Amino acid sequence: MSIAVVQFGGSNCDLDIIHVLKDVLGVDAELVWYKEENLDRFDGIVIPGGFSYGDYLRAGAIAARTPIMNSVKKQADAGKPVIGICNGFQVLTESGLLAGALTTNNYPKFRCEPTYLRVETTDTPFTSMFRKGEILSIPIAHMEGNYYADEPTLAALEKNDQVVFRYVDKNGNATDEANPNGSRENIAGIVSQRKNVLGMMPHPERASEEVLGSTDGLKVFRSMVEYISDR
Amino acid sequence: MQYQAEVIIELKAGMLDPEGTTVKRALEHLGYEADSVRTAKKYTIVLKAADIHSARENVEEMCQKLIANPIIHNYSVSLREIE
Repeated sequence: MSIAVVQFGGSNCDLDIIHVLKDVLGVDAELVWYKEENLDRFDGIVIPGGFSYGDYLRAGAIAARTPIMNSVKKQADAGKPVIGICNGFQVLTESGLLAGALTTNNYPKFRCEPTYLRVETTDTPFTSMFRKGEILSIPIAHMEGNYYADEPTLAALEKNDQVVFRYVDKNGNATDEANPNGSRENIAGIVSQRKNVLGMMPHPERASEEVLGSTDGLKVFRSMVEYISDR
Repeated sequence: MQYQAEVIIELKAGMLDPEGTTVKRALEHLGYEADSVRTAKKYTIVLKAADIHSARENVEEMCQKLIANPIIHNYSVSLREIE
């Protein structure tokens, strides 16, 4: 099994994810520079956080139009699991692999802090090891994390069970106060219709070891690894 | 022929514009009154095309594929021939 971690100019969480996959989970993982054209040899793909292309035009917009994203689409179409975290989520919405868009936080500030998330569905390759309704502590670090989609799109996401994580308070309530960026319906993460592509603004790689204060994020990667093993 | 296109990208009406809201608040601190402040981005694109219609077609396609995000933005294009 081998997992690709895509590296654009301006990615900055790439090595953290490699560390979690290799050193914490003992899985083979490889940094892949964005000029690489063929991703057939990988079983899964992670698009890490950062500021690809300096957030020029819109966060994720330029990276979404690089040739490697055609390869990512090809692997996603083949059913392989793909995770986009933070800037990676922005890249996935900009490339059309996920619905909606990520816009400027409602209070226009870079927010870097722990958040509570509620697991909304365990029926995805990334959440099979959680319990539905489980409350997680995973930090965010973003300026453009305000999830926007129009009403029909939101309704479709709900109906197909594609909302994966919501921002909640510590008791698990999806309140306005617990919503760090103004995301519609407190959405923190969604999957594609086939459920093999996940985008999430919080950083599970920053909550994958005891020393970091939470290991809740590790199960996202462990679920993905288990899904790959079972395929 | 060579044309210069001015492309204006704006958030759709009703979408939150936190930067505009912040500027409005700062204006109020300075004693100005404004009912609303909305931000936009302008791109100036110089291109060659057979005529103004094909220039417009090209620029519209650029907007749809890259410069605007149709989920959140409206855009407008104005064109003029340049020497």
